[in-house]
Amino acid sequence: MGTVLTRELLVKWAPLIVLIVLILFFAAMEPRFFSMRNFARIGISSAPALMVAIGVTFIIIMGSIDLSMEGTVSVCAVIFAFAFIAWGGTLASVAWLALPLALVVGGIVGLINGLVHVKLKIPSFMASLAMGFVGTGFALLLTGGDRIRVEDELFRGLLTTRWFGFPIMCYVAVAFLLIAWFIQTRTTLGRNFYAVGGGEDLAHASGLNVNRVRVMGFALAGVFYAVGALLAVGRIGIAETATGSNFMFVSITSVVVGGTALWGGIGGVWNTLIGVLIVNVINNGMVVIGLPGYVQDGVLGALVIAAVVLSTDRKSVTFVK
Amino acid sequence: MYELRKVDKKFPGVHALKAIDFKIGRGEIVGLVGENGAGKSTLMKVIYGAYQPDGGDITIDGTKVRFQNPRQAMDHGIGMVFQEQSLITNLTVMENIFLGFEQQFVSFGVINWKAMSAAAKAQLAKVKLDIDPATITSSLSFAQRQLVELAKVLTLEERVDGDLVILLDEPTSVLAREEVELLFSLVRDLTSRASFIFVSHRMDEVLELSDRIYVMKDGEVVDVVGHDEADVDSIQHKMVGRDVDKEYYREQKQKPYQADAPPLVSFENVSAGTRYQNISFDLHPGEVLCLVGTEGSGREAILRTIFGLEAPSEGKVSLKGRVMSRFTAQNAVSLGVGYTPRERKVEGIVGGMNVYENMTLSQMRNYANRGGVLRISAEKDLAREWIDRLAIKTPDVYKDCGGLSGGNQQKVVLAKWRSGGSDIILLDHPTRGLDIGAKEDVYDMVREMSDDGVGIVLVADTLEEAIGLSHTIIVLKDGIAQKQFACEPGNKPSLFDLVHHMI
Repeated sequence: MGTVLTRELLVKWAPLIVLIVLILFFAAMEPRFFSMRNFARIGISSAPALMVAIGVTFIIIMGSIDLSMEGTVSVCAVIFAFAFIAWGGTLASVAWLALPLALVVGGIVGLINGLVHVKLKIPSFMASLAMGFVGTGFALLLTGGDRIRVEDELFRGLLTTRWFGFPIMCYVAVAFLLIAWFIQTRTTLGRNFYAVGGGEDLAHASGLNVNRVRVMGFALAGVFYAVGALLAVGRIGIAETATGSNFMFVSITSVVVGGTALWGGIGGVWNTLIGVLIVNVINNGMVVIGLPGYVQDGVLGALVIAAVVLSTDRKSVTFVK
Repeated sequence: MYELRKVDKKFPGVHALKAIDFKIGRGEIVGLVGENGAGKSTLMKVIYGAYQPDGGDITIDGTKVRFQNPRQAMDHGIGMVFQEQSLITNLTVMENIFLGFEQQFVSFGVINWKAMSAAAKAQLAKVKLDIDPATITSSLSFAQRQLVELAKVLTLEERVDGDLVILLDEPTSVLAREEVELLFSLVRDLTSRASFIFVSHRMDEVLELSDRIYVMKDGEVVDVVGHDEADVDSIQHKMVGRDVDKEYYREQKQKPYQADAPPLVSFENVSAGTRYQNISFDLHPGEVLCLVGTEGSGREAILRTIFGLEAPSEGKVSLKGRVMSRFTAQNAVSLGVGYTPRERKVEGIVGGMNVYENMTLSQMRNYANRGGVLRISAEKDLAREWIDRLAIKTPDVYKDCGGLSGGNQQKVVLAKWRSGGSDIILLDHPTRGLDIGAKEDVYDMVREMSDDGVGIVLVADTLEEAIGLSHTIIVLKDGIAQKQFACEPGNKPSLFDLVHHMI
């Protein structure tokens, strides 16, 4: 019993310990790492990724996987930018409606994603991967390859206005993190994610509509991708097809590194926060101490394997496909 | 030739094999019979090397052997023909026959298919099966697959010096009568090549085929009868002969059910494909109705139909007077059906979720507002109330249910349904794997539920349990209801009455 407990405790706290060790390591290597300005930088790069990663966290808790985030983020970003500019181009006008519009678009893309997965009985990774390509293609169709500049000062305030050293987008991300936490712990939907991931047969045998839970999960994930898209546009002031690129690797890496189990049922949004911070601290820290980009990729890859190894009880897993 | 002496096997909480002596001679066919849970399959697993005994010796021709795994047993000539067909259906027949032993046909890393095909042909000839060895296995009938499995095991003949012992586990369960005859004559022919251990629920078949029959009960061999002195009745008596303790099953607490009240569940000539046919019964408030039969006799399928997991092909199913047209679990749950499955880990509790989360899983609607926000303090109150009521042993409501003992998990499952107001409870082996104290708790709960007017459909772990707990027993065999017994306290049918109709 003793060994089981220590293993469980280790698995539970390992991500946080890794994060702290990383911060201390980089701070020791390069004192400039440990500064407010640098932490703000990490916060800025983490905020959009955190939103996307939270979205996919719900899916992974259900035991599925969603790979549509890049396409979804691009579509949301581009539609938001078009609508925002068409309706006045500043948050002080009706153009603010472009914000909720983006969330709705994200939700719809997610909904379609979920319906394709559930109704056509296509494995979630394939359905979502395909939907992601459709999204990227659609975004390219809309923009024709152009970049759309969003230069409204109020909107760019997400990045430029700072409270206590951190830009507003960090606080927005924290607010949505709390919303996600609320959904995870206090709503039937959140509870259902865990039930489906922990035992789909059982959830079914308890009278749950498992398919509906799945579709809702994908729709919810889509909304969070849309929030990520808005923050990403806010960060660089540009919406384009490439807005979504790189989110797939970063978000799934973060979820896994944060300790959410890939087979579902275990983990949550706080794990994902830690995971996103680990990934971004590594990226940032490596730049600060002057290591080249390919080393970062290698380290992140190794970290993913380490995280999965640590969180898997290999005795109970006989076959891996 | 092959012999077990005083072989013992223990599992946590169960003494599965108690000093078993078992012997099989060259060319002999030995039958093995016993109730579910008598230790037959454990014994088989020890014989073919899947389990290692805790005590005793295994000898072959007087030499002691010890198998770490089935492969080692095979190297000593012991092969198993599995009840669950163990062929990989998307491979060809010859690939299946030589699965894991392809090396003999390989030269320079390339498989010589012609040689394998010829070798497979020779094996198939042993079982008189004339098919192309390159046939994909999925296109064969069940009977043919059974023969291919036998052919696969018979490859041991070439690989092993010495004698073969082949285990046949329920080989006839998927076969038609003529196919069984064919198999039997084949097995008799093959006794020149191997000895056989034959396990079956069907007593007449065991009697017909076996030279000697081992009768098992509670992990012991209670008798060995020769072919000539064997008779169904006396064997059945030995299989079940046990004293039943009335106290133990809370018989004194059994009250008459509400026969006049409208039935909770009503089946009228319901059939579901080949799984069961023409089943009719009424379940009344306060009644414990037990479905008795061997594995695969249709009892689980009937439970699944009531719970909406399996739609019947014919007949009328009514729940509380409503004729069911759509069969879904959600429908059944909303009509007050609760299901405690046999595999608690798979369908009973969600490991990783805590006590209150598991209890409200089927009724979250009652603990959430319209927006889906949960009232967690109400959930915890509910959990605390039921933890007290059923004396669930858990440190607190936050405990992960996966870490509770089997009995307490079972209580959580029952609390889930009872607290949600379910009044039709389906119990599938509710006491499987529980220790005695936990079993008694379950029996108490059954009586309490009956007193509250809950109707229970039970598939019991043992026949004693079925007789002890139920008001009504329906005996099933091969999907057909054989007989219905009323079981008032003091006037219960005997084990023998039931077994007689089961097999």
